[in-house]
Amino acid sequence: MKKLMTGNEAFAYGAYLAGIRVGAAYPGTPSTQIMENYATYPGVFAEWAPNEKVAMDVAIGAAYAGTRAMVSTKHVGMNVSADSLFYAVYTGLNAAFVIGCADDPGMHSSQNEQDNRNYAKFAKFPMLEPADSQEAKDFVAIAAEMSEAFDTPVAVRFVTRTSHSSSVVDWDPQAAPPPRPDPKPYKKDPFKFVMIPGYARRRHPVVEERIKKLQELAEVTPLNRIEPGDAKLGIVAAGAVYQYAKEVFPGATFLKLGMVYPLPKKLIQEFAGRVKKVLVIEELDPFIEEHFRLQKIDVIGKEIFPLIGEFSPSLIREAAVKAGLLAASVPASAQAPAPAVNLPIRPPILCAGCGHRGMFNVLRDAKVVVMGDIGCYTLGTAYPLEALHFCGCMGASIGVAHGFDKGKSQDRHVAVIGDSTFFHSGIHPLLDVLYNQGKSTTIIADNITTGMTGHQHHPGTGYTLQDAPTVKTDLEAFVRGMGFTKVDVCDPYEMDNFRQVLEEHLAGNEPSVIIVRRPCVLQQKVKLPPPKIDPEECTNCGVCLDLGCPPLVQEEGYVRINDVICIGCGLCVQVCPVGAINNQSV
Amino acid sequence: MKTINFLMAGVGGQGTILASNILANTGLDLGYDVKTAEVHGMAQRGGTVESHIRWGQKVHSPLVEQGMADYLIGFETLEAARWPAYLKKDATVLINNFRIPPPLVNLGKANYPSEQDVQAILESSGARVKWFKATEIAKGLGNPAMLGVVLLGALSNLVGGAPEVWLAVIKRLVPERFAAMNQQAFMVGREAVPA
Repeated sequence: MKKLMTGNEAFAYGAYLAGIRVGAAYPGTPSTQIMENYATYPGVFAEWAPNEKVAMDVAIGAAYAGTRAMVSTKHVGMNVSADSLFYAVYTGLNAAFVIGCADDPGMHSSQNEQDNRNYAKFAKFPMLEPADSQEAKDFVAIAAEMSEAFDTPVAVRFVTRTSHSSSVVDWDPQAAPPPRPDPKPYKKDPFKFVMIPGYARRRHPVVEERIKKLQELAEVTPLNRIEPGDAKLGIVAAGAVYQYAKEVFPGATFLKLGMVYPLPKKLIQEFAGRVKKVLVIEELDPFIEEHFRLQKIDVIGKEIFPLIGEFSPSLIREAAVKAGLLAASVPASAQAPAPAVNLPIRPPILCAGCGHRGMFNVLRDAKVVVMGDIGCYTLGTAYPLEALHFCGCMGASIGVAHGFDKGKSQDRHVAVIGDSTFFHSGIHPLLDVLYNQGKSTTIIADNITTGMTGHQHHPGTGYTLQDAPTVKTDLEAFVRGMGFTKVDVCDPYEMDNFRQVLEEHLAGNEPSVIIVRRPCVLQQKVKLPPPKIDPEECTNCGVCLDLGCPPLVQEEGYVRINDVICIGCGLCVQVCPVGAINNQSV
Repeated sequence: MKTINFLMAGVGGQGTILASNILANTGLDLGYDVKTAEVHGMAQRGGTVESHIRWGQKVHSPLVEQGMADYLIGFETLEAARWPAYLKKDATVLINNFRIPPPLVNLGKANYPSEQDVQAILESSGARVKWFKATEIAKGLGNPAMLGVVLLGALSNLVGGAPEVWLAVIKRLVPERFAAMNQQAFMVGREAVPA
């Protein structure tokens, strides 16, 4: 049967069929749905780990135990788990270990657009790259076999467009993984598994030898194939970009790479010998291009294609036309002059009734420097709240605030980190603030879910990825247990109270934590009666509009509340300086 | 088998992803190769959403190329106006007469474009523009969230394929208790916009 699947769904399906029994991940766009889908298959154990490094250690441990395992992660999650990745390459495993890794060229939902193919070269492990969902499914099994044959982690690289695009996959609702024998028994082997310098020195040659063998495999594997065509132009591409290039250059000779590291040497010489000109088309870094140049093959690559951003058929065509490789065959679409109208942008914003809004409104008015973090609350940087001063990566807020303190800044400052991000990478910096006698105030914006990626569980929600009830870590008890004595819990809907608590914490001379708690409105789905604005009383001063709440609409001379989307949080009632907004529930 | 390229444009939460799934699966059932592309993630937070759906003998790219879209389905008026560069000169635009003002408009810092402007922007590519009140129709049938299915009903008139094929896909993809209601919405949409 044929079924339309996203790359993420297909990868999860393939992982199940390949007999991968343990999966671990932390949610991250565009990779999130890999583990969400995998978790629904029978007989598998899937977990949301607190962060990607923990996830990777868990999968490595499962593979040491003799069970096929995988992680999935977004590109920057590989930075978090890099330490584990490097040792796993040295130790090898005892069963397959597959990494599903999704890059985000164009930064649809990320803080950078790093090219994770570099990790394959850096840490020395093989990386495959599917070009559609069928390949996403097929490549997991190939990766698992390769992992066991070469005793190495193997990555399958996605980009946003292979993760989130749907295409046809051969699907059989009855299909199940082959019955597997009991896990391969684990045998003690410290020379292989204990990476003290003396033993690691024995492993490094194994790693180099292995990569050489994998490079020989790259010459002959059907994952890399030459597609014959017009000999004038030879195109080298992998993944989503291969599909774009097929649209733009339908007749050209192609070298389609399914294995992007290690890359073949003889095969590319053969390919280059068949065509007049070689064009390497790849998003982000000149990873394939540099390999060709090292083999002294002349190519056209980054001199005509950008290093920055996401590609598309349109972008490739435009660059190729500009470089004289293609005639401008598509007629310009403009048939008549369009009116010169500025279309207003529509950025993502905090939802109507979001608890983060009350918190940021108070922080902005208190004129404190806010070290932000990664999550929905990063949207607190948008107009009109504009409350953030810094935001770098997961978990950075607290350490940066502590450094700001030690750097003798005179500015009052706080770190703002979400609950899921706190469990991800906020615990260690918070320990540092306490241990090294900092004075910073840390705000944990607790909406009791992982909001931005679509409401995943975490150690503070009381449920696992597979919906089993579990221990719910109590944040307040947790930070008190670390040694914090100044800890308060506030409701961001009660802004006066939060303001007072904040001032008290900022005035104090000790490290402190404020837990600002309000469940995510998209999950809670509470709808209170919307307040009413009296147009006669409203002076149209705009103070309520500074909340940036979607239901508040500027009309001629007054402000109106859109009842359909308002959930009655009452923040506008609290900020109105003339009392023109009345809460109907009171 | 001719390649047919569709674009859907709307606002996060309007149901473009379900509509895109229905359109893609209908193509598959009609015997086409199909690919789609959309971005999940921040779009949930009230931002712009776009879906690309392509039917063809063999589809490579999931993304529609500029100047190559046969149909643009606008779930929201302003969002439809962003795509003239993607339209073929004989493209058809089906546009929902429905406004969700973006934040800067709500704050009085920017203007929502007029219907005439949106029409002129889209016609600048040579496309035919068909307006209709899909949200209102869906609301009248019991749930404004069915606007996507109403739009697909209208689209089905232009694209072809027996209504039974479309209706079967809707039944398969919509939760069972809403299936009949959505099938009705599809048929009403189908009658609302003549080919």
